[in-house]
This record gives sequence, structure tokens and C-alpha cells, in this order.
Amino acid sequence: MQTPPRLDLSGITKRFPGVLANDQVSFAVQPGEIHALLGENGAGKSTLVKMIYGIMQPDAGEIRWNGERITIQNPKAARKLGIGMVFQHFSLFEAMTVLENIALGMDANIPARDLEAKIVAVMQQYGLKLEPHRIVSTLSVGERQRIEIVRALLLKPNLLIMDEPTSVLTPQEVEQLFVVLRQLASEGCSILYISHKLHEIKALCHTATILRGGKLVDTCDPAVETSRSMAEKMIGGSLKDIQRGEGRALGTAKLTVQSLSVAKDGPFGIALKDIGFSVKAGEIFGIAGVAGNGQNALLLALSGETPSTSPEAIQIDGTSVAPLTAKQRRLAGMASVPEERNGHAAVPDFSLSDNAILTARDRMGMVSGGMVNAHSARTYAGEVIAAFSVKATGPAAMADSLSGGNLQKFIMGREIMQKPQVLVVSQPTWGVDAGAAAAIHQALVDLAATGSAIVVISQDLDELLSLCDTLAVINEGRLSKPMPVAGANIEEIGLLMGGVHGDPNAPTHISAEVAHAY
Amino acid sequence: MSPEFIIASIVTIIGLTTPILLAGLGELVTEKSGVLNLGVEGMMLMGAICGFAATAFTFNPWLGVIGAAAGGALSSMLFAILVLQLNSNQVATGLALSIFGTGLSSLIGQSFTGRIVPQFGSIFPDVLAKDPIWKLLFGYSPLVYFALIMVPLTAWFLKSTRAGLILRAVGENDHSAHSIGYSVTGVRYAAIAFGGAMAGIGGAYFSMVITPMWAERMTAGRGWIALALVVFAGWRTGRLLAGAYFFGFLMWLELFAKANGFGNTMPFLQAIPSQFWAAMPYIMTVVALTLISSRGNVGASAPACLGKPFLPST
Amino acid sequence: MRIKLEKRPAPSTFMLIATPIASVLLTMLIGMLVFDAIGIDGQRAVVDIFLTPILASYKWQDVAVKAAPLIIIALGLSIGNRAQIWNIGAEGQYVIGALCAAGVGIAAGPDAPAITLIPMILAGIIGGAAWAAIPALLKIRWDVNENLTTLMLTYVSFQVLGYLVGGPWKDTNGRNFPATAPLPEQLTLPILFQGSTVHLGVAIALILPFIFWLIMSKSVFGFQIRVVGSAPHAARHGGFDAKQTIWAALLIGGGMAGLAGALEFTGSLKAVNLGFPSGYGFTAIIVAFLGRLNPIGCLIAGIVLAITYVGGQVAQTTVHIPNSTAGIFQAMMLFFILASDILIRYRVRFIPTKPAIADKKEARV
Repeated sequence: MQTPPRLDLSGITKRFPGVLANDQVSFAVQPGEIHALLGENGAGKSTLVKMIYGIMQPDAGEIRWNGERITIQNPKAARKLGIGMVFQHFSLFEAMTVLENIALGMDANIPARDLEAKIVAVMQQYGLKLEPHRIVSTLSVGERQRIEIVRALLLKPNLLIMDEPTSVLTPQEVEQLFVVLRQLASEGCSILYISHKLHEIKALCHTATILRGGKLVDTCDPAVETSRSMAEKMIGGSLKDIQRGEGRALGTAKLTVQSLSVAKDGPFGIALKDIGFSVKAGEIFGIAGVAGNGQNALLLALSGETPSTSPEAIQIDGTSVAPLTAKQRRLAGMASVPEERNGHAAVPDFSLSDNAILTARDRMGMVSGGMVNAHSARTYAGEVIAAFSVKATGPAAMADSLSGGNLQKFIMGREIMQKPQVLVVSQPTWGVDAGAAAAIHQALVDLAATGSAIVVISQDLDELLSLCDTLAVINEGRLSKPMPVAGANIEEIGLLMGGVHGDPNAPTHISAEVAHAY
Repeated sequence: MSPEFIIASIVTIIGLTTPILLAGLGELVTEKSGVLNLGVEGMMLMGAICGFAATAFTFNPWLGVIGAAAGGALSSMLFAILVLQLNSNQVATGLALSIFGTGLSSLIGQSFTGRIVPQFGSIFPDVLAKDPIWKLLFGYSPLVYFALIMVPLTAWFLKSTRAGLILRAVGENDHSAHSIGYSVTGVRYAAIAFGGAMAGIGGAYFSMVITPMWAERMTAGRGWIALALVVFAGWRTGRLLAGAYFFGFLMWLELFAKANGFGNTMPFLQAIPSQFWAAMPYIMTVVALTLISSRGNVGASAPACLGKPFLPST
Repeated sequence: MRIKLEKRPAPSTFMLIATPIASVLLTMLIGMLVFDAIGIDGQRAVVDIFLTPILASYKWQDVAVKAAPLIIIALGLSIGNRAQIWNIGAEGQYVIGALCAAGVGIAAGPDAPAITLIPMILAGIIGGAAWAAIPALLKIRWDVNENLTTLMLTYVSFQVLGYLVGGPWKDTNGRNFPATAPLPEQLTLPILFQGSTVHLGVAIALILPFIFWLIMSKSVFGFQIRVVGSAPHAARHGGFDAKQTIWAALLIGGGMAGLAGALEFTGSLKAVNLGFPSGYGFTAIIVAFLGRLNPIGCLIAGIVLAITYVGGQVAQTTVHIPNSTAGIFQAMMLFFILASDILIRYRVRFIPTKPAIADKKEARV
């Protein structure tokens, strides 16, 4: 090739205490190429791009930019080179306007009027719609991502890094994003696209670099590979399917929710409107939806953390539990695992044994006469650690000394081993490695097999499709009609997820490559 | 009520308002950057004694004000280092600063007790400044005008400058600001120092304008009122000004009642013990905080990171 | 040179205990240097403030009597602080507690039987708790920030005190001095050792820390307080009621301050005058932190702070430093203890500035 690669990494190594995050990683990105960086959570993708964007410095190895060897001291230096980045977790300021947010991302002090004109020009060029004077907190997730993209495009980047950009988007929004990215690439901008969603990479990317455990496994052509072959490279073994018992029969309705409405908490909250569904004994019921559509409010309403206003809204085996507090509902057999592990499902600076007391104290007999029986708490925590192969030094280990996946296994185990009648879990495998995710899925299936009713709230449609018997979609605090997973129509689910957020101009037909779930 | 009396009352209220307005403006900027500094009382006292001492040494009240600002800012740095560098709890550290400032100002002030320092002259000609009517506009200490100028200046800084935008961004979402590439810690150091300097000047108003003498604990809890004022104002400069005058009026009521001001015209009010009027600013602070909070907009208008420690994570 | 923080896998017990001790020692050292710098005999000042009260046995009773209210108030505050509820108005609750005890005593009259002491002390507890109930109610009902309201109410309590002792409760036989009449002999707290000033309140201050320790470390209530302070959402998830916790934290804090006020009044001062608020309520905040919010720690820290009070008075006469100097030492201890908090959860490494090393915390990639 005549021109040198836009970005050329060789031997990049980054070490953290106890972890080798990147080990001798080398690959190159060509001008105008959409290059996928593929890997599991914890494979070292984020660390690698942080070094490219100047947030961190490599311990060893070199970075070449258009053939020249460089060090990228900080994000400002990266932007100066023409490297733009759209983060997975947006760096946005909720209480400020779109314009202010974009101004903050610019290194030069551009007068507000000129900046607005530039923004409008970029938006027209790429067909992105945004109202510059809206307050960010009033925008949908897709619109927020557009701010980040506009912010990056204003710098006329030569390399755009997209970190898991589609995890919060509806299939329609994903398709719109791809249109923008393809246009950019055709204009010569390189794109480093980080994802673990194989069908997206097959649909979008020219090249894929696969990382596993900090090491580069392969650089390949996604058009040639199959989703399964790439998945196996990413996970490093053959995929294990969920083991389901033969001839499963669902029982009678165990959990019944009817006309559940909850007012929104705070100015940025989502209200629940007239939610109704029913889960049978042995059934796994999935709730899909884009982040921020009331999933959290629903979990809190079911667990009893927000009190119910209607006395009949939630029933277990025909008996209403709605008037009960969280503690009482737990005694009545309702367990829950909220989305946020640190500080919600578990107390980070408490030991695992104390975290066992948090939700298991009454059902597992750890309390007598107002005093805590520390011995039984330790015993129970030890049992959970053993049964769910939690990697921890023991019941005395601090919760925040565990990796995300191990803490999640502990939390799931803590609830499942209480043998709840109903278990409500949100994002059960968020940020968890494949092995732990498989273990958690298997535990949920096994619990259902004992006759419990399970509700899984997840943004990962693939997870729900593989795990659940029945599926419903939550959007703007309303729940769609449940549908059996066996006959689910991916296009219909996508439209439901988009709900009123969906852009009327969006293509109503989702291209097969996006809709294809592996 | 005679016009002279009304003019005198307004002059008094403006005087009572100035220190809390200065300290309140400083704290507003500090809090906008996401830091809650409860040490205002201590910084005011440090400003009061440093301003007094600087004037005593230089015989120049202007240098005294600079000394006061430096005293307040330097003492605020103690807080800043603990909170920003060592991630200590902001509430407890601010409290420690208040206790520390009270003690240290007394120790420094010991050798100044009983001394009198030169005061500011009028910045306007006596024809205006001493005129029974025009003094309403021109008869104040320069610090009063400084405080009044700082109100629109602070508002403009926060709203319309890039530095103000960055400061608000840091208070709104420290992690985002960090990931974009702004120095959260640097911005907060500056905001805390500004808060300290303004509190110091506010404190100096007691030792250099109200009386030209030093007395232990002479700020008498005004630092805490300044803190309440910021919440009361919903972190907005315009409302801070209005709130400061409201509290100035309440403080004036105490003086008025003590001077038998209600006298024979309103004997039922004069019958109320003077302690009631003295307690009034504090009671009204509680009432005002309650009213503001009950409207439920404290959470919405407060900087989102207020009081939370910031540890840059990967 | 920059500071690098490395998170420890588990909190360091060594640092938990060593840092308060180091804070006291550092305070002594820095104090000595600072006093020397401003022309006061620093060594003498530090010896007088920190050591004379320990070495001179006749000072022990003063230390004990001063430590009692500090310990009792700090015990209550440590519960609130653990739950991240910031009652900084214990001084006011202390004053109101004393006033309530005095009110019951005055109502009972000079010839009231000794048993009247019990309702007096109970009135003190209830009064202090009631004063703290105002911020508690406001916080629960309207989410009003408690650190400002508790403090504002302290200033209000001073005016209540001024009104009562200067008006309705003023001693008619006194020399027109704003104070209540001295308590009749039978209504004062029993003295523990004949001929000393050590009253029953000291014994209470010695026993209470162990009761609080049992509650905080072994009971579900103690667990609840710890969870609410550490992770409020997790507390809600675990079925703990946030409102109940706010009530408990503030009422216990107020009640303990009120108890301290009632004991100080009936045991030591025997009359209430304008000088009654002596800053114990504020110093107790330092005690609570120096004691690491641990009840037994509060006991020890209360004694240390009492020593500085007694020693401050000694130094006032020997090296002529103002009364407020003890306050500087106390605040310095609080600064050091807060600054060293980080050592419990983090290892601090000093590393020379090198641009290649950019990030602080360990990453979980």
C-alpha cells in the first residue's frame, strides 16, 4: 500500500495491579476503514482505546499516526491529531443545553453563535437531528448519542472511536447510526468500532480485530467469518448452550401484576403506566427495552422499594403483596436483583458476609431478638460462594474487592439460594464475562425448573431471546402485550422498543443483517 | 416615620447585608463547582483578623482588604487540600475549618485586642457621601459597592464565559468533565480559593467597616447564614442578592426592637422579648430552607455533584 | 512528585487505630512548632496542654467531669454520622436539655424530693430529642438539609436560653445576673467520691459506650445504621426504612446531647446562666471523628479532648495563651484524622512526576 496506515499499533502493553490489561497488541487501521475491535467484557478493549485517546499511556509499545511515531499525552492532544471518541457512557451534562455540551467538548473557544452555525452545518451534512437549545436531560438516549457524535464530527476527525455505541439504541436507531458511519468512512475517516455484537460487526465493518484476555487473537475479515466462528475466537472455546430439562410444563400463574402505576420520582424519572402481566410457575418472563424507559422503576415497584399505591396491583399465588414493604415481600417469597450492583444490590465496603445479612437475614434465620447472628451469616455467605463458584477469599472479603462478574454471581446466588417463589432480576449479566454469564443463565433456568416464576429485565435482546419463554417490551413506562419467544418477530420487538421515540423518518423495514440475531 | 429614619434604616440594612452577600457569592461559586465548604464562618473570621492585621501594619485599608482576601483564601486551601487531594468528607472538613478559623483568629487577634485601625474614606466627594439624602446612594464603604458589583459580575462569569461554563460542568458531572480533559481538581481549587477570598472580605467588613476593632467570634454565625442563603437562592446570583437583603432586613429588626423602635406606636410588638427578634434570622433561615425544599426544586437546581468526592476512575 | 492511591483489598485495621494516635502526636508536634514561631514557649504549651492534666493527679477529676458530656454527646453523634446524617447542632440540643431539666426542677420547687432528679434528667433527654426532632421532621417531610437546620436551631436555643434565664426563670435572690437559682442540694447529682467533683454523670459516661458498642456492632439496628450510611439504595433494597433511620439518628443524637446537658446542669454547674453553652456540642463532633465513630473510640477520644480543655486552662495561666487555643489544637486533630481517613482504604504512594504514568486507580478492564 502506498499510504501508511492511519493508525498503527505495535506491541502495546498496559499493566494494572494484578492484571495485564493489554499484552503486546499490534494492529493497523487504514484510512476510510471501519475496523472492529471485538472482545468480551474484560478483554482489554476499553483500556486499548483509552491509550489511543490519550486517557492513559501504554507501559510499552509504540503508536504510529500516518506513519509517524507519536505519544498521545492527553485527550486534547488526541483531538488535535484528529482523533475523536464517542464514549459508551456519554460524557454529558444533564442540566445544560446541547450547545453548552458541545462547546465544552471543543478545545477552542468558539463564540456561541458561530458554534451553533457549525453544528447546524454538520447536522445537515450527516442527517443528524438535534435542537441546540434543548436541555440534555429532556433528550432520549439516541439523541444524546447524537450530541457526542456531532461533538466528535465538529473536529473533522481522521479517526473516530466508537465505544459500544449500539448498546443503548433501538434497532432502527442502530440502522441510522450505520448510515452515518458509512458516509464518514466513504469520506476517508477511519472508524474504530468497539463492540461484542457480532451481527453488527458483520453488517458494518471491513476488518475485525479480536481481543481475549488482553491478547490479540486474530485480525480477520468479518465478511468471510461466521458469527459463530468469531464468537468462538472471542470466547476461546465452543459456545455452550443453556441446558433445559426435558418436557418442561408451566404451572399456574404465580406472579400477577395488574394496573400497576407509579408516579415518576424526581424530574428525570420515568412514570410507570398501567402495567399488567402474569408469570406462571416455572416460566421465565423477559422484559426488553432501551435503557431509561422505566425498567428501574418497575424493579423497585416489584421489590417493594417504592411503595405501591394500589392495594391489588401485585399478587403472588393470588394473594396481594402490594401493601407489603420490601422486607415483608421478601418474607412472602419475592426476591430481586437490581441492575446496579455497587451500592444497590450490594454494599461495596461491606464484607460478603454482611452483604448476606442485607437481604437474607430474615429468610435464612440470621436474626434473633433484634441481634444479628454473625456465625450463620458467615456460613450462608460461604455456601453461596461455594455453590456459585464465586472467586473470593471468603465470606470476609469486601464486596468491592470482587470483579464485577464474581460479585454478580454472589448476588444472584444470595437470592437464588433463598429459594424465592418469585425472582425479579435486572441486567443479570451486565458487564459479566461469558463464563459467569452462562453460569448465571443456567442458575436462572434451574430455579425456574423448581417452580419459581422469574422476571428478567434486560437491554440485551439476544440474552432475552435465548433465555425466556415469554417476552414483553417496556417503553416510556408502558409495557407491551406479552408474546411467546418461540414466535417472536424481531422487527416488531424493535418497533416496540422504539415506541414514540422512534423517528418517523426511520426505515420501517430493518435490514436483515441487523435483525439477524445469532 | 421620618425620611431621615428610613434613610438611616436602609443604610443599616445595606451594611448588615454586605458580609453575607460577599460570603454567599463566594460560596455559590464554590458550590457550583461541586464542592460544599461548610467552613465559611471560619474563613470569615480569618478574613476579619487578617484584614485587620494588614491594615494595622500598613495603615492602608485597601491593603487590608487584600490581606483579608488572602487570609480567607489561604485558610480555604487547608480545606481544599484535604477534600480534593485526600478525599476527606466535605461536611466534616468544612466543620473542622470553621472550628480552626475560630480558634486561629482568636490566637492571632490576641495581640490586636483594643487596637483601632484607620477606616476607609468615602470614595465619593463629601458633598454626595455626607448629604442626608444622596448618602443613600453614595455614602457607603467601598466594600458595599464591591459586593454589589460582584453580583452581576459573578452571574456573567458563570453564564457567559467559557471558564464559567467549565466550572459549572465540573460541578454538574465531574467524571464527564474529567473524561473530556478538564482538570476537575484544578477548577475546584480555584473555586474554593475564590469562595475563601470572598468570605475573607465579607469577614473583614466586620473588623474594618462595622467597627474598626477586633473581637473574638465577631462574625457571630453570619457564615452559616451565608451558606443557607446559597440554598435559599437556588444557586442563582439574582436570588442570592434578594435573599441577602431579606436577611439584612431581619437582622435590622433586632436592632430596631432593641432600640425600642416599636415603642409606643406598636406596643404589642415591643412587648415581644428582644431574643425573639435576635432569633428571627435563624428561624427564618429554617423556614426559608423548608419552603424552598418543599417546592421540590432544590434537588433539580443544586449542582449534581455537590458534596460528592471525586476520584478519577478509569 | 505526585500522589498515587492504590486501593487496599480490605480496610486496614492497623491504620484505623494508628491514625487517631498519629493525629494526636502530629498535633502536638505542629502545635509546638507553631507556638515557637509566634513567640510562645511551644514545648511548655504542649506539655501543659497535653501532659499536665495526665501527670497531675489533682487534675484527673477535672478531666473526668469534662470528658463526661463530650463522650455522651459524641456517642449520639457517631450514630448519626455513621448514617451520613449530619447533626451539627448538638450544642443547641445540649442547652435545651439543660433548660428542660431546669424547668422541671423549678416547677418542682426548692423542697422537691431527691427522686425528682429522675424526671429532670428524663426531661433533659426528651427536650434534646425534641429539639432535634424539628430538623428530623423537616428532613423527612421536605428533604430539608439537616446540617444547616440543626445549626440554625442552635442559635435559636441560645436566644431561648437568654430569654428564660433573663426573664421568667431569673433568680430573684441573685444580683440581677441572668441565671437560674442554684439547685437545692437534694436535686444535684450524687458525687461518686467524697470530696471530689466527680458526679454520677461520669459513671454514666463510662457505661454508655459499652451499651452503644453492643447495639452498633451486634444488633440489626446497628447494621441498619451502617448500611444507610454506606449505601442508602442498598439499605432500601435490604428492606430498611430510610425515614426511620433519620428519626433514630437525630433523636438519639439530640437525646444524648440533652442527657449531657441535664447531667452537666445537675452534676456540675447546678444553675443555668448565659455561659452554659461552652462548646461541648461542637467539640463532641471532633470526639466522634477522633474516636472513628466507634463507641469505645469515643470514650477514649472524649478523655483526650477533655485533657486538652483542662490543659488549655493550665497553659492559659502558665504561657498566657488565649482560651481559644485549645480549639486550634482540637481542630488540628480533626484535620489530621480526616486527612488520614484515606489511609484506611488506600495505600498512598509518592512517585516522581513522569508524564508516562497518567492514571490513578487500578482499573478493572
